[in-house]
Formats: sequence, structure tokens, C-alpha cells
Amino acid sequence: MIELTHVSKDFGKGQQEVHAVRDVSLSIDKGEIFGIIGFSGAGKSTLVRCINLLERPTAGTVTVDDKDLTALSARELRQARKKIGMIFQHFNLMPSRTVAGNVAYSMRGSGLNRKETADKVAHLLELVGIGDKANAYPSQLSGGQKQRVAIARALANDPNVLLCDEATSALDPQTTRSILHLLKHLNETLGITIVLITHEMAVVKEICSRVAVMEHGSVVEQGDIFSIFVSPKQTVTQDFIRTTSNLQKIEELIAENAPITQLKPGELIVRLSYTERNTSEALISSASRQFEIDINIIFANIENVQGAPIGGTVAIISGARERITAAIAYLIEKNVGVEVLKDARVA
Amino acid sequence: MQEWLETYLPNVADSFPVLQQSILETLQMVLAAGLISFFLGVLLGTILTVTRRNGILPNPAVYQVLDKLINLFRSIPFIILLFCLLPLTRLLVGTAIGVRGAIVPLVFGTTPFFARQIEASLWEVDPGLIEAAQAMGNSNFEIILHVYWRESIAGIARGTTITLISLIGLTAMAGAVGAGGLGNYAYIYGQQRNRMDIIYVTVVILVLMVSVIQIIGNTIAKRNTH
Repeated sequence: MIELTHVSKDFGKGQQEVHAVRDVSLSIDKGEIFGIIGFSGAGKSTLVRCINLLERPTAGTVTVDDKDLTALSARELRQARKKIGMIFQHFNLMPSRTVAGNVAYSMRGSGLNRKETADKVAHLLELVGIGDKANAYPSQLSGGQKQRVAIARALANDPNVLLCDEATSALDPQTTRSILHLLKHLNETLGITIVLITHEMAVVKEICSRVAVMEHGSVVEQGDIFSIFVSPKQTVTQDFIRTTSNLQKIEELIAENAPITQLKPGELIVRLSYTERNTSEALISSASRQFEIDINIIFANIENVQGAPIGGTVAIISGARERITAAIAYLIEKNVGVEVLKDARVA
Repeated sequence: MQEWLETYLPNVADSFPVLQQSILETLQMVLAAGLISFFLGVLLGTILTVTRRNGILPNPAVYQVLDKLINLFRSIPFIILLFCLLPLTRLLVGTAIGVRGAIVPLVFGTTPFFARQIEASLWEVDPGLIEAAQAMGNSNFEIILHVYWRESIAGIARGTTITLISLIGLTAMAGAVGAGGLGNYAYIYGQQRNRMDIIYVTVVILVLMVSVIQIIGNTIAKRNTH
């Protein structure tokens, strides 16, 4: 569906040259929701603009729907862009036009008459859940409503692709979730391919099927959401995943020597993480029973990613040292990741 | 009316036909020069906006030349411009005197200012809107027409108001080339003959003109702000 081959984008010349995107190759399938995550300045916004050639790549080719966009004439490119919808962090609605006017504007030149345009606008506004706001001006709407209008506008020419550039970054968490649900719904009902740029792992986790992680202009890691969450390889990926879970708080607490982390002799703090898709066994309680040790859970965080639970627990284990060692071996055998964070071993 | 004028404003009554003629001349100059400058100003302001470095049709050569030319014309005092342009005026409209002769220098004096006002209004348009329009497959011409101009109607109305009002000020100097107008009337009939009532009446009429322009400008700006 979308094929980026060795795409690079440089800005400026000589000393001031900036390599915003470096040799990125990505393949995005039809009908999937593909996330591109990175911290500010990682080049993700430039990369997404390379898909509809708002930024023309310095090198490489961009193929959307079997068309090499970099080879098209200006007129052909404009036609191709009509089939690639785009929404933005700051919505970019035209303040002088009503909601209906904004949506109708993008249908100019589509050959529809006045009546057909009005019907389609009404249908699109209904689809995004703001059918009653047709005659309002953007300034009268909330952020979430504005983004819904922007989505309706982006869908006006029945695109095959929807590019979302930080589309939820200016919204509160609850509105973010409702917009993400809408995007997911559109993906499922219209079969539209969605490319989503974000700096929030929570957004990726919520709706993406695959994700690419960007750093300094390059894609450093990509894969399906589950494997990225379970076994992130790059530090930057691990940093992102850390933001979605509270299991990492324990390190800060240990560093601060918080009361909860003060151990009695012989105890240790471990972080157990589930790396298998089938975590149905009651591993903690069976380990506790089998090895006659106490496992005191301080944090637990299990999330549903793509229908499979991932996450883990942080716990204090106390008991005889050899039993603890045996219990850890048992857990590892059951494919549970075990990290010992603090050990109050008796000398 | 006639009686009232003769009692309270005797000098105005004496020169009443001249006053009527002067009002007409001022209106003619403002209207003609204003209209031409408006079109030229919108054109130049738009060219400045689209050819600048981050514009939709970046063209440093065009931008630099136009930018410097506008600065040059804005630096010349109008009264000097008036005389410098005499040969050009004669060439363009066949005469260098009268209302017709004044319109050319008025256009030259007003257009650069107008172009800057338009440039400033267009600059206010959120670049995100331009990007959104490009993303939906608009051509540059469509972007100028339906985004830049449409979204800055309020700003253009305010800029036009300011420019027209300063144009009224310039028409007073056009009297120097025999174009007449209210400024000329106040100077020749009022100031030089020490007839203060003529000056006061002229000022009142000018205040009315300025107010009407301001009110129209504000109304257009308000209607186009949502």
C-alpha cells in the first residue's frame, strides 16, 4: 500500500545541513494502522510529510497505491493527494468557513453538484459523530470536535490512506481515546489504511497493529506491537514502553530508599514480566506454594495489547535463599522474565 | 440652509461651489487611486507572500527586487514623488495636472504602503491552513484564492481602511499639481486668506469621510471574523 524505499530528507546546506530523515525504508500494508513513534525532533513529522510529498524526499522513492509519487507531474500529484487524507495536531480548519463549509471545501472539483456535496457532507459529519454542528464555526468547537471535523474533511474524497500527524497530541486523555476509537472504527468499516505519528506509546498501544520507532531521523526498530512491547531492543523503545507502565517506578523508589523498598535480611525485590502470549497460569501463587516462599506484590501492571496480556509485577520475595533461587528458576522456565532489583542477602 | 451658512460660516458660503467641487475632486482621487492601488497592492502583497523563502512559490530574486523597490518608494516623501513623476504621469495619462494628473503619483505613493498592509494580513494566515490545502491537492492558485485571500478578508479590510485614510491625507498635497480637493481648498481659501471657518468646515468633512471609511472597514472585518 505504502512503500518507502531508502527515503532521506535533508534541509539546508553546508554547515547548517540537517538530516531530518536518513535512509528510511518502510512497507505499510493495506488496511493496517501503522504507528510511527519518536521523541520531538526524531524526524517523524518530516517522514509522514514525505508520504504525500508535502516534503519532497532528497533521495529515495515513495509509492502509494502502486504509484511512484516522486515521479508524478504536479497535476498528477495533486490528484494523488486527494486520495491521501491528512489530519494535523492543530486541526488546521479554516476559521472563516463553517464546519460544513470546511468539509465541502475539500470536495471542490470532485464533480459533485451542490445537492450531492451537501448530502455527502451531512453523511460524513454523521459518521464522525458531529452531525449537529454543520453550521457552527471552528472557533465554537472543542478540540475533539475540531479533530472530528478535520477527519470528516480528510475523508471527503474517499481516500485510501489517512495520515495522522500527532492528531491527538493537543487533546486531553479522554478525548484522545474517543478520537482513537473513531479512527479504529473508520479503519474497520472503511478499510482505510492509517499511518499515525505520535510521541505517546499509549496511543500506539491503543490502536496500532505495527509500529516503527524513530530516533535521529532513522527507523531504529519496527515490528508488530506485541513483540515490540514484549522485547524492545533499542533503548529508545524501552524508554517509550516505560512511559506506559508503572513497573519502572520501583527503580526510583529503590533509589530514594522509600519505606516500601526497605528489605529485611534475606529478602529481595524482583520484577517479573510476562513475555508469552498465554499467561493464564497462576504462576505467582503456585511458585509461592510450591517453594514455600512469600511473594508480596508491590506493583502490578497487566495490559491488553492486541488481545494478549503483557506487563508484569514487582514483588518482594522472602524465604530461604535456596528456595527463592529454585522459585526463580521455575519462573524463568515458565517464560517469565525475572530481574532482581535489590537483594538483601544475608552475608 | 443658505441663510444659515451666510450667518455662521460667511466665507464657506462665499466659496460654496468651490467646496462642492473640492469634495468631488477628493472623492474622485480617493476612489480612483484607491481602487487602482488596491488591485496593485493585493497583487504585490500576494507576490511578496508567495515568493518569500518559506512561501508556496519561493523565488528569492523576485522577492528581493520587489521588497527593495517597495522600500524605495516608501522612502520618498510624497511631495517629492509628485514632482519626480511628472514626466511619467504625462506619458501615462497625457497630462500632469488636475485630478487625472494627480492619480498617477497617488497610486505610486499608496501602492507600496498598501502592498505592505496586504503582505502583513496574508502573513497572519496560519501556515497550517496552507499545508492542509496542499495535502488535499489544491493548486497554488487555489491556495491563494481560497485560503490566503479568503482567510484574510478581515485583515485586508483593516489594511484597506488604514491605507484609504492615509490616501485622503495625500490628496491634500495633490493640490500642488492643481488637482484641487479639500486639502487644497482649505489651504488656498482658508489658511492663506486667514478664513478659519473654511478650515474648520474642511476638517469636519474630512472627519466624516474618515469615519465612514473606518465604519465600513470595521463592519467588513467584523463580519468576516468567526
